[in-house]
Amino acid sequence: MTGTAPASGASGKTDTLRFLLGDEVRELKNLDPTVTVLQYLRETEGRCGTKEGCAEGDCGACSIVIAELDDDRKLTYRAVNACIQFLPTLHGKQLITVEDLKPGKQDGGNAQGLHPVQQAMVDCHGSQCGFCTPGIVMSLFAMFHDKTSANDRGAINDALAGNLCRCTGYGPIVKAAQRMRSYGMRDQFDARAEATVETLAGLAGAETLVVKQGARRFFAPTTADQLAGLVIAYPDACILAGGTDVGLWVTKQHQILETVIYTGDVAELHRIEETPEDIRIGAAATYVEAQDALAREYPDFGELIRRLGSVQIRNSGTVGGNIANASPIGDSAPVLLATGARLILRRGGERRRLPLDQFFHAYRETDLTPGEFLESILVPRRDPATKLRCYKITKRFDQDISAICAAFAIELEENTVKAIRTGFGGMAAIPKRASACEAALIGKAWTRENIDAAMDALDSDFSPMSDMRASSDYRRTLARNLLLKFFLETSGADGETRLVGDKDLAHA
Amino acid sequence: MPDARNLDAEAISGGVHHALKHDSAHKHVTGEAVYVDDIPAPANLLHLAAGQSTRAHAKILSMDLSIVRQAPGVVAVLTAEDIPGENDVGPVIHDDPVFAEKIVEFIGQSLFAVAAETREEARRAALLARIEYEDLEPVLSVEDALAQGNFVLPDHVIRRGDSKAALDRSKHRLSGSLHVGGQDHFYLEGMVSLALPAEDGDVQIWCSTQHPSEVQHNVARVLGRPSNAVTVDVRRMGGGFGGKETQSALFAAIAALTAVRTGRPAKFCVDRDDDMIMTGKRHDFRIDYDVGFDDDGRIEAVDFMQASRCGMSADLSGAISDRAMFHADNAYYLNDVTITSHRCKTNTVSNTAFRGFGGPQGMVGIERVIDEVAFALGKDPLEVRKLNLYGGEGRNITPYSMTVEDNVLPEIIEELEQSSDYARRRAEIRAFNASSPVMKKGISLTPVKFGISFSTKHLNQAGALIHIYADGSVHLNHGGTEMGQGLYIKVAQIVAEELQIDLERIKISAASTGKVPNTSATAASSGTDLNGKAAQAAARTIRERLVAFAAARYDVKPSEVLFHANKVRIGPQTITFDELIGQAYLARVSLSSTGFYKTPKIFYDRETASGRPFYYFAYGAAVSEVMIDSLTGEHKLLRVDILHDVGRSINPAIDLGQIEGGFIQGYGWLTSEELFWDETGRLRTHAPSTYKIPACSDRPEDFRMKLLESGWNREDVIHRSKAVGEPPLMLAISAFLALSDAVASVADYRIRPDLDAPATPERVLMAVERLRREAEGGAQTGAAQ
Repeated sequence: MTGTAPASGASGKTDTLRFLLGDEVRELKNLDPTVTVLQYLRETEGRCGTKEGCAEGDCGACSIVIAELDDDRKLTYRAVNACIQFLPTLHGKQLITVEDLKPGKQDGGNAQGLHPVQQAMVDCHGSQCGFCTPGIVMSLFAMFHDKTSANDRGAINDALAGNLCRCTGYGPIVKAAQRMRSYGMRDQFDARAEATVETLAGLAGAETLVVKQGARRFFAPTTADQLAGLVIAYPDACILAGGTDVGLWVTKQHQILETVIYTGDVAELHRIEETPEDIRIGAAATYVEAQDALAREYPDFGELIRRLGSVQIRNSGTVGGNIANASPIGDSAPVLLATGARLILRRGGERRRLPLDQFFHAYRETDLTPGEFLESILVPRRDPATKLRCYKITKRFDQDISAICAAFAIELEENTVKAIRTGFGGMAAIPKRASACEAALIGKAWTRENIDAAMDALDSDFSPMSDMRASSDYRRTLARNLLLKFFLETSGADGETRLVGDKDLAHA
Repeated sequence: MPDARNLDAEAISGGVHHALKHDSAHKHVTGEAVYVDDIPAPANLLHLAAGQSTRAHAKILSMDLSIVRQAPGVVAVLTAEDIPGENDVGPVIHDDPVFAEKIVEFIGQSLFAVAAETREEARRAALLARIEYEDLEPVLSVEDALAQGNFVLPDHVIRRGDSKAALDRSKHRLSGSLHVGGQDHFYLEGMVSLALPAEDGDVQIWCSTQHPSEVQHNVARVLGRPSNAVTVDVRRMGGGFGGKETQSALFAAIAALTAVRTGRPAKFCVDRDDDMIMTGKRHDFRIDYDVGFDDDGRIEAVDFMQASRCGMSADLSGAISDRAMFHADNAYYLNDVTITSHRCKTNTVSNTAFRGFGGPQGMVGIERVIDEVAFALGKDPLEVRKLNLYGGEGRNITPYSMTVEDNVLPEIIEELEQSSDYARRRAEIRAFNASSPVMKKGISLTPVKFGISFSTKHLNQAGALIHIYADGSVHLNHGGTEMGQGLYIKVAQIVAEELQIDLERIKISAASTGKVPNTSATAASSGTDLNGKAAQAAARTIRERLVAFAAARYDVKPSEVLFHANKVRIGPQTITFDELIGQAYLARVSLSSTGFYKTPKIFYDRETASGRPFYYFAYGAAVSEVMIDSLTGEHKLLRVDILHDVGRSINPAIDLGQIEGGFIQGYGWLTSEELFWDETGRLRTHAPSTYKIPACSDRPEDFRMKLLESGWNREDVIHRSKAVGEPPLMLAISAFLALSDAVASVADYRIRPDLDAPATPERVLMAVERLRREAEGGAQTGAAQ
């Protein structure tokens, strides 16, 4: 491994993208700013082990692992979808593909020269056509390196939720996941960790990465001030966070993005801060980074995040991106509305706070002004008397966009509704509170009779559309029934109400 | 020289009846397995994309491609005018144009192709065409097609007795209708073809297809050249499931045409969305039924109307609709029966083969009928199923006059009923439902009887080619293709067994039209039956030559030459297989042979709708238990028990993989995989973001699967095994009917749930809501007695 010190220009900029491919340093200039990692691997590196199954981050055949240093200078290994990840987002990181897993001669390894994950997959008959297999191997490899992960069925399901297999029915793959650590707990990446840490630490500095090709530019600032300056300078730029949506603009809509400003390298925007009033989530924090703090405060929010996208999507996708993108079917907005979240919007050096329910104006239109960006989200701490539930209804439990997503928060005082906030996605052109429903309940007794009235009120709150995910009728019926479910779960009714996840959350 | 006395104790590694790993497993997990898009790009490679129709049914008034031609990177734009031969890739009837001319018949139909320097440039340019249409009225549903008499092929009727009279006579009678949705194959590797121009205007193609011979023949037809000008190679596919039987030809033809016209290599790697929009799927069906039965639930007469949505062309819809009819009985004797099939033409993509090939749809129909009969009589559906199973004399003839000789279902059902604890669990579920207001459970046991053979007789043939090199290593080739199903390892096991050499000595090679000609598609579950026998025949031919040679050389009787465990005993002495090969080569013995096989006994007379279309039947049964959320319609598969007959398994590990994978794929078809067309005929579920195949957590926590221990094919099928590719898919009908059982619980099992497939959360909830409304209204509409 060769540790190359980055050339730190006086301008605070570098035009050289540096990352590790396996254990080799790559230094690239003048590349297509939105070339995907998958295109680069297959077309430039000739590494064809990583497959394209859908080019939209939904099948996992292109899964790769990105290793980077955490705050304690330890390596973390995250599976992501190479098909929608732009190459310049790898600056300062290690890219690991399926070709890197076979231990070399110097690494020892087992008889057939396979990594424990690979050997387990072979021994358990985990591949049939083999096309999804490299992606599955990489997801399991990330799981193998997550020393905290459990090995139970739930953890395995979650680790593999973003990897579709059409042949096996998954049984043999689950078995391989259960067995992989029996082939050895450490691999050559563990053995080389120290050297990798050294190399990564020296790879990228505090300068803004500026990748250019012709008139097209990709900026990756490293501080919020740099970011603020760039957004003012390029008000029409595409602000890229996790790229789980923007990636598809390029791979599916064939858009040419002229200027991209990437928030992912701004360390301070990844931060999660807990104050007595709020949990403050930096706009570049991924779902994985935000999950623990949110789940501690609002356990059902944690369950929602578990089902949102897949490991690969949650490793890239950000809560901030989900809000700023203003999709009517994004899953974080409904629950954030129910919590009473506020946003911090920044333009240059100026910041303003805005309640989330004032942020969405119309379909994909927000309160953001030119040059302004979302800097962080303030999620109020939970009052101990408040109960919050989220319901995500989909055709498939894992990795599916919601037909509707509903969240409810109530505070009861002697069985009277002291406060109620709701949030709905998939019911209107924007994520929205159900104000008629809330009005029907505030100050009322928490009884089935009043719930029935509030269910009727929901009909006046929304006129949902019909599409491939659900009919208008189904959406209406769901909205009503989910309120009823919320009531059952918070009024001590008998019987189970949940099919998946931690069933205790229903009665938390 | 080894001691001959120990010979019998030794064995080869990798013969038949062993649970061996997939031959490419180590290459799959390392990323070293090469798929078509992984082949190193030849110099000057052109990339292709297709311009598509944006109208379901319209006249093309004009097509302005000038902007496409001027787009960055574009090298050539090809239309129907550039086709030197026939503008068609239809497999049976010539009604599938490569490029539409004058008229378009579905959204996504290919109009022209763009060849560009990069994939991105080709795809971007293909969107730039200016096309003027004059819209015509589209036919988008089976109902519209039936009303307008719009069909791709004539109707077919299978009839026995007088069902009309018998229905009138029956003590009980009920009728109904159900829709069974289609299914996208969602092979993980999309369509892809790479064509290399060769001398004399010939072309070499690497294609992801289950049917290299048909691709070859169709490409030759498009190019206006004889078949010998085209060679098609297939090492492996990243999944096929029937989707790459006929549908690969379009992309191969465009790639070949481009290669020949431009003199440059050309690759058509189809984007996932385009693949889902442009290629056919499983046929959705409407099935109407009218059934008469006695007090016990014995079916006396039944009328089925099956209407299949074929899309804009015939493709394989004739044989698919036939197979739906052949499986309208599933496992049950139907005394007086009429099965009428309409092959509906619609302005949607032409539907095609998909694992089960119409059989699953036909089977869902009769299984629904059985449930309704049980429902009407207040009986356990399993009791009604057992009562109606094919039996002995007088109750063992199918509606198409084939005698069922090999029925093992009574044995399978009895064992499964016990091992799954069906009766106790059913009682517990009823008790659970009575005390659980939101969550409701359901259970169902359903059998599968699936006919094995192509119903088109001439397709039941196969060829193989085996070379033994002078060092004793073996090159194996046959007409079958590998799509993950494990065909190549099974055939290699058969050859290893025949030659009595270790599996490692056998090199598995890509299917190639240059090696084995006129092959049939690897389809109809027949891969191992046909190619295994052909490869065995080839190996046997060489072995017989070696026996004759050894007998002459060592002066022993042919019966004294025995092949066993990498050695050959020749009278009193033993030499290694490699030594014998070396000697045979020097003695100028031919060490290469073809092998051929055709399935015996089968025939079908279309005029009388009778015959023996199947060599034998494969059987299995499954019990599924589900739970639904009656407030949202979401549901979960809790437990599955399967007992399946694969005869004497060539490779139990591979077979179990087929069973489990087939079940989950069938479960997806009947639950989450919904194809949604909007009112203009545009498919809106054309990517994994909107089309949901089962994910890892959809597999039930408790999944128990077993091969029938006594399994043995009574026909002379290779090593007495049975085909396994398709039959297990239909075991998932048990999950669909378990959902229906759970829905019925909300109205105390008094109102018919009438659940259509796929049973998405929406369909389940809407059924629940309807039953609750009707139960509240006191309606007793369900029990139709």
